[in-house]
Amino acid sequence: MLETSANGPFVTGKVALVHAVGMHARPAVKLTKLAKRFQAQISIRASETADWINAKSVAKVMALRAPPNSTIEIKAFGEDADAAVAALIDLVSADFPDRDP
Amino acid sequence: MRADVAAPACRGRTASIGFARGPFIRLNARENSARTPGSPQDEALALRGAIQSSSEQIAELAAAAGGEATQILEFQVALLEDQDFIDPIFTSLVQGTPADTAWSSALDEQIADYDTASDEYLKARSSDLADLRDRVLRILHGGESLAPEIPSGAVICADDLPPSRFLEIDWSGGGGLALLRGSPTSHVAMLARARGIPMVVQLGSVPDAVIALLDGEGATLELNPNAEQIGLFERRREIHRRSRASARAILRRPAATWRGERIRLLINIQRVEDLEHADAQYADGIGLMRTEFLLSGPEGMPDEEAQYRTYDEVLRWADKRPVTIRTFDAGGDKPVSGFTPEGEANPFLGLRGLRLCLSRPDVFKVQLRALARAAVRGNLKVMFPMVTMAAELETARTVFTEIVTDLQARGIAAILPELGIMVEVPAAAMAIGDFKCAFFSIGSNDLAQYVLACDRSNGALGNLIDPLHPAVLELIARVAEHGRRAGVSVSLCGDMASDPRCIPALLHCELRELSVNASSLAQIKQTIGQLGHGGGGG
Repeated sequence: MLETSANGPFVTGKVALVHAVGMHARPAVKLTKLAKRFQAQISIRASETADWINAKSVAKVMALRAPPNSTIEIKAFGEDADAAVAALIDLVSADFPDRDP
Repeated sequence: MRADVAAPACRGRTASIGFARGPFIRLNARENSARTPGSPQDEALALRGAIQSSSEQIAELAAAAGGEATQILEFQVALLEDQDFIDPIFTSLVQGTPADTAWSSALDEQIADYDTASDEYLKARSSDLADLRDRVLRILHGGESLAPEIPSGAVICADDLPPSRFLEIDWSGGGGLALLRGSPTSHVAMLARARGIPMVVQLGSVPDAVIALLDGEGATLELNPNAEQIGLFERRREIHRRSRASARAILRRPAATWRGERIRLLINIQRVEDLEHADAQYADGIGLMRTEFLLSGPEGMPDEEAQYRTYDEVLRWADKRPVTIRTFDAGGDKPVSGFTPEGEANPFLGLRGLRLCLSRPDVFKVQLRALARAAVRGNLKVMFPMVTMAAELETARTVFTEIVTDLQARGIAAILPELGIMVEVPAAAMAIGDFKCAFFSIGSNDLAQYVLACDRSNGALGNLIDPLHPAVLELIARVAEHGRRAGVSVSLCGDMASDPRCIPALLHCELRELSVNASSLAQIKQTIGQLGHGGGGG
């Protein structure tokens, strides 16, 4: 379940969270670390009705309380937005592997 | 009030006997909250500095910890670098909030949020955040970037103390532990008894002081004592020392006997250093060597070689005497990051002891390989903790046998040692005849906890968790009797064996082998000697 699309000035994407315990400390730290490598403004949310939150804030990402198998929506705005969305989708779909992303 | 008027002593409960007189040191940063806030600019500078120092400390800890612990510490660092989280705190400083208040309230808000999570894992994260909160506060308050320096021989006062913190403290110069809460049955109390460190728990609230007298026998803490208090304290310490000296004379006598039967007295060790205790040499062997300390080293999980060297060292110390090594008994109140499961609602009833090892063959097999190789070096016995059913023992035996066969096929000296189990699950004690093994060792701490349905780390249950309860004694007698009939040796290695009050009951249960802390060896031998001479032996 991976898809990206350009939506106005935003690049968006969706990916299923396959991690057994959901968005917990380890995945959250990995996701924010990766997001911080990009200039783009990156937001995520765990359900269509929720507010978008800053993907570079570990406190906010933990507060998502995203359970396993939920769909993470990503949107990014900025020069490297394409690469950012692709990298984040890659990280989540590969279940936060231990290699340096 | 004149300075030499005696202040009343604080009274708690004994967790470990002994006496300590020394500087009074508080470990909990949140307690010494006297701090004068400066201008908003000063406060911002102080907070930024404290956050920076904390980040560096945590990064150092993370580098040393390795494994799962690193991931948890990385979360703390990530939070300190989270602008969405940190910026609002600095904004409130501009409005005149002192740095420590602003920091605490932001963290407390997060902690409360995690505490209410339905998910056990998220709930557990709240203690990580409390740790982070206190680390930054400590730096803000003390103006120091390290944990308070603990002078040698200090009486350390804390609300409660995790076992890891106890192990970090250098006790080589003596000292004592005074806990405001805590419990005599906790893991840290067990560590204190094994090291001979006096410890008093449940003191309630205690004022600040410079010098303290801690009496682990009377369970009292006297602060800023006057000359008279010091004199009385030293007299009690001297009486204690003399009784220790006469106990030591008893150690040199031949083996303890009761009703003409020899009582074997072995020792429990937590780590190799425990063999340095002056009384250890008088033991009939090692009845329980715990191996969990191997799991908390700086390099994470210990490799086969490091384990082999440790076991070999203990076997060489014991020479021909028996050494019973217990395989990793993690879980319950002994969590090991990266090994024990996180977020169990009931860790004492969860994946712990042999259950955990069987589910983690990657860790278990390394230990068994090291043990199989060490077995050729001395009189080694291996026991499995927390066994419920005979099938678990048989699975472990199969794994162990395969390892031995494999090592031998590769030309490496290895044998299968004698295998036994800890009897600590009531079901195992009830169905003891199901287990086919070379020996049984009764773990009375856990057995009592499970029979009495009392969490042994819960201080509020202190009076209920009585190892002399008839139900506990009945199970002990049952196992001992089965051992006699089946010709299988039975020993008891829990705290009961180190408690003189329990000795008559254990001897009446037909137990003839006890494994005690080295610091209790003399007293227990003396107790048995007195019972044997008609002193209440019945």
